[in-house]
Amino acid sequence: MKPMSILSVGAILVALLMSHLSAQSVPEIAYDSAPNALKFPADNQIHLGEAAGVATNSRGHIFVYTRTGNPSAMMAASRIITHGGSRLFQFDQNGNYVREIGQGIYGFLQAHGVRVDPQDNVWTVDEAANQIVKFSPEGRVLMVMGRKPEVINIRVIQPQPAPTGAAPEGGRGAAAPAGGARGGGGRGAAPGAGGAGDAFNRPSDLAWDAAGNIFVADGHGNARIAKFDKNGRFISSWGQRGSEPGQFETPHSIAVDAQGNVYVADEGNKRIQVFDNNGTFKTQITNIGVPTTICITRGSHQYLYSAHTGDPYGMDDAAIYKLELDGKILGKFGKAGKLSKEFGLVNSIDCRNENELFVGELSNWRVQKLILRR
Amino acid sequence: MRRSLTVLVAALLCATPALSQSKAKAENVPEIPYDSVPNFLKLPNDLYLGEGIGVATNSKGHVFVYTRSGDTRLFEFDQNGNYVREIGQGLYGFEFAHAVRVDRDDNIWAVDEGSNMVIKFNPEGRVVLVIGRRPEMVNGLVAGAPPLQPQPYVFNRPTDVGFDSAGNIFVTDGYGNSRVVKFDKNGRFIKSVGSRGSQPGQLNLPHTMAMDALGNVYVGDRSNARVQVFDNDLNFKAIYDNVGNPWAVCVSPGPHQYLYVSNSLPDNGLSQFRDITGEIYKMELDGTIIGKFGRAGKQLKEFSTVHEIDCRNPNELFVAEITAFRIQKIILKPQSSRQKPR
Repeated sequence: MKPMSILSVGAILVALLMSHLSAQSVPEIAYDSAPNALKFPADNQIHLGEAAGVATNSRGHIFVYTRTGNPSAMMAASRIITHGGSRLFQFDQNGNYVREIGQGIYGFLQAHGVRVDPQDNVWTVDEAANQIVKFSPEGRVLMVMGRKPEVINIRVIQPQPAPTGAAPEGGRGAAAPAGGARGGGGRGAAPGAGGAGDAFNRPSDLAWDAAGNIFVADGHGNARIAKFDKNGRFISSWGQRGSEPGQFETPHSIAVDAQGNVYVADEGNKRIQVFDNNGTFKTQITNIGVPTTICITRGSHQYLYSAHTGDPYGMDDAAIYKLELDGKILGKFGKAGKLSKEFGLVNSIDCRNENELFVGELSNWRVQKLILRR
Repeated sequence: MRRSLTVLVAALLCATPALSQSKAKAENVPEIPYDSVPNFLKLPNDLYLGEGIGVATNSKGHVFVYTRSGDTRLFEFDQNGNYVREIGQGLYGFEFAHAVRVDRDDNIWAVDEGSNMVIKFNPEGRVVLVIGRRPEMVNGLVAGAPPLQPQPYVFNRPTDVGFDSAGNIFVTDGYGNSRVVKFDKNGRFIKSVGSRGSQPGQLNLPHTMAMDALGNVYVGDRSNARVQVFDNDLNFKAIYDNVGNPWAVCVSPGPHQYLYVSNSLPDNGLSQFRDITGEIYKMELDGTIIGKFGRAGKQLKEFSTVHEIDCRNPNELFVAEITAFRIQKIILKPQSSRQKPR
C-alpha cells in the first residue's frame, strides 16, 4: 500500500508542522474588510460615534449602539441630570440605513453593547445609565433592567503621570481598574460582588441560554455575573473583584454556548473564564491577550471569537482570535490602526455568520464587516 | 439651559494662561487698504451663527464655518455665500469648536477643544478619520494639571491642525499640553515636540498654526507673544516676536506664500486692549512685515477677536470673530508704492 504510506507520512509531517507552528506562533487567518459596509442616508444627518455595540438579527439586519450626539447635563434646582449621548440605529442586510430606535429614550447615555436574542429582540446595555433595555423587533420597549441614576455622581480623577514612550504595559485591561469605580457592592458584600438583583454598576454585556435565562456581565463597577430568568427575575450572581478562579477584574463581555456554559471575558485578568450554567467555575482560557469582547457562533460546530486590545489607543497592539470552545486557538487576524482592516479598540463582535463578522470599534467610530477567507 | 458636561468642565477649568495681550513691537508698519464685503454669508432665517471660531475654504471656494452656538456646529456655504448644508449633526466629537481647516484634497478637518478630538470629514461630509479620544463620560472629570508626559493619542484642548505635502498631520496641542504633534497621513503618531515655557522651542499656548509648501510649521505661540517656526521634523528654526500675540495665523498657497498673523483683541472685554490690538499683519515667510490692516471694534471692517483666518486667496481673506458672531470676507487692495516697505 505504497500510496497510503506516503499519505500517512505526509499527514505526520503536516501534524508535526502544525504543532510546531502552534508552539511558535498563532496561524494568521486571511480576511478582508468590506468597503462601506454601512450606508447612511443621503442627507448626511446620521453619523456614528464610538461604535460600542454591533449585532445582527435573523434577517441579517444590523443594529449599532453608538456613543454619539452630546451627552449633556441639565441643571436642575440643585442637581445635575444627564441626558443623551448614545443612539441605536438599524441597517438592513445590505447595510442600508433603516431607522433609529429609541430616540431620546430615558437611559441612552453611554453605549456599551447591543445583542439580538433568538426571537430578534434587541437588547442594549448602557454603562452610564446602568441599564439594560429590551426592545421588540418592532422597536418598542418590552423590558427594562436596572435603573438609571437620578443624578450623576461625578468623580474627580487626579491625573497620573503618564509613562514615557510607548503605551503602558499590560494593555487597557490592566489599566482600567485604576480609573474604574470601586463602589457598588451590596451591603457587607465582597468587593465587586454587587447586590442581589439588578442594581448594576457600569454593566458591559449580556447573553442568554436556550431557556431564555439572562446573564449580565456587571461590569466595570461591580465584578460579577448576574443571572436572571427570562422575565428579568433575579436568580443568582457570582464573582467579586480579584484574580482567583471565579473572580474578575472587569468582566467586559459575555457569551453562552449551546450547552448553556457561560464564557466571560475577564479583561483585567487577561483570560476568558468558563462557568457552567449555575456559575460553577469550569476552566479558563489564556494566551489570547486582553479579551475586550467575545462572541460564540451559532452553528452545530461552535467557535469562539475574542478581540484582543493591548494598548489604550488602539494604535499599537490588537488582534482577533478564533478558538474552539475548549480554548484551542485556531488562528488570529488583524492589527491596530485606523485603516481599513485595522482595529481601534474593538468593543463588540457579531458572529452570527461564522465567516462574516461585524466589528464595532470605539476609537475609529465605525463598524467593519470582515470576511474571513479559509 | 442645555449645557454639556464638557462645557461645564471647560468652564470650571478656565484657569487658562493669563489673557495678557501686548502691543506689537513693530512700528511704522504700512497700512494695507481693504474693504469688508457686507453680508457675504446668507443664512436661512432659522439658522444663526454663534461665536465665529473657525473658517476655511475649499478649492471650489465653499466656505466652512465652525461655530460655538447652542451646540458646536459646522456649516457649509457656497462660493457666493449661500447656505449649503450642515455637516456632522449631533457628532460625538462636536463639543467646543476651535478650528476648521481644509486640506488639498478638500477634506474638512475640525479641531474640537471640548472633546479633545481632531476629526477628518471627506468632501461629502462623512467622517473618515478621527485622532484623539473624547474622555468617557463615566470616567469622571480630570482635575487640575495635565499629565506630566503628554500621551501620543490623547490631546488636552487641542487648537489647530495642518498638513504637509506628504499628507502628514500636525496638531497644536494646545491649552492643556504645550506641544506640536506630528502624525502620518493615517493618523499614526510620529513625534511630539514642545513643553511649557518661554525658551525658544518651548510654547505657552500654541493657539494656531499653518504650514508652508516646504513643510515648515508656523505656530502662533500666543501667550509668549511670538510666532515660532519649526522645520518639518519639528526642529526649532526662528521666532517672529514683533507682531503681538498671535491668535490666528495663515499661510497662503501659490508660488509666493505670505504669512498672516492676527494680534487679536482679547475676548476678556477689557477696554485697555482696544487701542493696542485688533490688527492683522501680512508678512513674508521670513518674518519681514509687508503691512497691516484693521483695528479692534464691532463695525464692518473692524475686528472683534479674530480667531481664525482663511487665506486661500491672499487678497480675499475670511476671518472668524469670536465676539461678533460673524464671518467677514476681507478684500485687500494694492498698497501704493510709497506705502510699500523699505
